[in-house]
Amino acid sequence: MADSSRRDFMGKVFGGWAALGGLGALYAAKKTWDPLPSVKAAGFTKVDLSAAEPNVLNVEKWRGKPIFILKKTPEMVAKQSEEETARDVVVGKDHFLVCIGLCTHLGCIPAYRPDRHDFKCACHGGEFDVSGINTLPPPPSPMVIPPFKIEGTTIVLGEEGPEYKKMKEAGVIA
Amino acid sequence: MAHFEKAHSLEEWLDQRLAIKTLRRVLAEEYWIPKNINFLWAMGMVLAFTFGILVVSGIFLLMYYQPNVDLAFDSVNYTIMQEVEFGWLWRHMHAVAASVVFLIIYIHMFTGIYYGSYKKGRELIWISGMLLFVSFSAEAFSGYMLPWGQMSYWAGMVITNLFSLGSLELNGLVEWIRGDYVPGQAFLTRFFMLHVFLLPLVIMALIGLHFGTLRIPHVNNQDGEEIDFDEEAKKYLAGKTKEAKVIRFANDFLSKDMFVVSIFLIFYFYLVFWHFDFAMDPINFDPADGLKTPPHIYPEWYFLWSYEILRPFPKDPGLVAFGFAQVIFFLLPFLDKSPNVAPASRRGIFAVWFWVLLLDMIVLTVMGKLPPQGIYSTIGLVAAVVFIALWILLPFITKKEKAV
Ligand code: FES
Repeated sequence: MADSSRRDFMGKVFGGWAALGGLGALYAAKKTWDPLPSVKAAGFTKVDLSAAEPNVLNVEKWRGKPIFILKKTPEMVAKQSEEETARDVVVGKDHFLVCIGLCTHLGCIPAYRPDRHDFKCACHGGEFDVSGINTLPPPPSPMVIPPFKIEGTTIVLGEEGPEYKKMKEAGVIA
Repeated sequence: MAHFEKAHSLEEWLDQRLAIKTLRRVLAEEYWIPKNINFLWAMGMVLAFTFGILVVSGIFLLMYYQPNVDLAFDSVNYTIMQEVEFGWLWRHMHAVAASVVFLIIYIHMFTGIYYGSYKKGRELIWISGMLLFVSFSAEAFSGYMLPWGQMSYWAGMVITNLFSLGSLELNGLVEWIRGDYVPGQAFLTRFFMLHVFLLPLVIMALIGLHFGTLRIPHVNNQDGEEIDFDEEAKKYLAGKTKEAKVIRFANDFLSKDMFVVSIFLIFYFYLVFWHFDFAMDPINFDPADGLKTPPHIYPEWYFLWSYEILRPFPKDPGLVAFGFAQVIFFLLPFLDKSPNVAPASRRGIFAVWFWVLLLDMIVLTVMGKLPPQGIYSTIGLVAAVVFIALWILLPFITKKEKAV
């Protein structure tokens, strides 16, 4: 009896240590799979907006993802609803669409149709308007606005500036 | 220590140390197989053989492949295809085997469904087989990433995005799986490791388990007849081989197995030498480009049916339907409530169920390949709904089934 309880005790001690070690190993494994610091550090991109042509889509690269930057013509801005205008990035008098150019359905890159002022995702037929708002399913939500900061006529992607924070407070950015 | 005598042959020497005669008897000579099974039962051996081909050709590819985002594409499409002598052969063998292995798996699965080989006592055969199917799918997907072409990249993007689980928006999880914001170096090396080491290991272990699950319930037969294997084996061993309902696995049944394998190999090498391109997507001959999506993204043919179940629904219901399609086959032994172990043709309405399911999956496969527009979307939606409805109906249909 004394013997078996001593074995029980040893078993429990071993079990406890094993569980602790297992947790530690799991934590290390989780951390190993996180993006590397070099990957995270490369997460900022600067784009000069002054050269942008209206109604011509610019595609920049940020964190490996395509970023759509589209200068809107005054007519386009005039036709917009309030909801759409709330998503515009305004630099001086110019209104821009700035968003991650990946369809919110499964992540394909929608194509811009300058004559129709909208985006078509060829993958499953989703559509977005010129403010990146989804207008035809399957995409369930608008294209994402990346964190940005405006410095004069340049936009810095990857940093949260006051304009971005304002959009966030207004609930434009989830 | 056991007692050792001077051995007169290598076999004896080994037998004293390894019991190889016992092993051979248990695994081969006295492993009993029913006589009334047709060529469809040879698919297991065809699969084992194809897996062997995949491993060997994979080893040759591995000697020149470079798991680096800048080098991977050229190491496959230039070094292996142009420079390495017979590199093209290994690549085509690997690619074609990766594709036909799914054709054979599907035949194997549907044979099992048709003859009720998943019924009472054989549940684990079915479940371990489904686990094999899932690991083969992961193996195929991770392998598809390695040439780092356009389809590799975008398939990687789309499939990993599924892990954000729709409206739950678990983007952190997706980035953690990729090790980057988009598929990149971390992603490629990760999938390389999975493809050449971890998953093959899992597959080999599961093949062992799958064989193990067969040993006690024994393999089913064309009539679903319950055979007393001990009784029949005794007859066989007593020399009444004509009367016995069973034969030895080796070399009696094995000879039939290998005959089917050799026919299969004719078909396989015909594809390898003359039609290897069916297993390759032309889009994957463009190097990966994160700023350009191919106009139409679709998976390899063997995933099309489940992809099409995802596609016609809105995001969240689509994911749920997709998840349903992935797991529902596992539950087959428990959803089929009928006590009958018999071919579908003798099970009344179950036969209808079987053929509708098969046809429906073919329709889904075809629609998955076509662009998701107009009438194709509608047909796809109907077929997806039919698929789900069939599985929901199954317990009700089979409960009413009369004993045969
Ligand atoms: S990825 Fe755009 S509609 Fe599916």
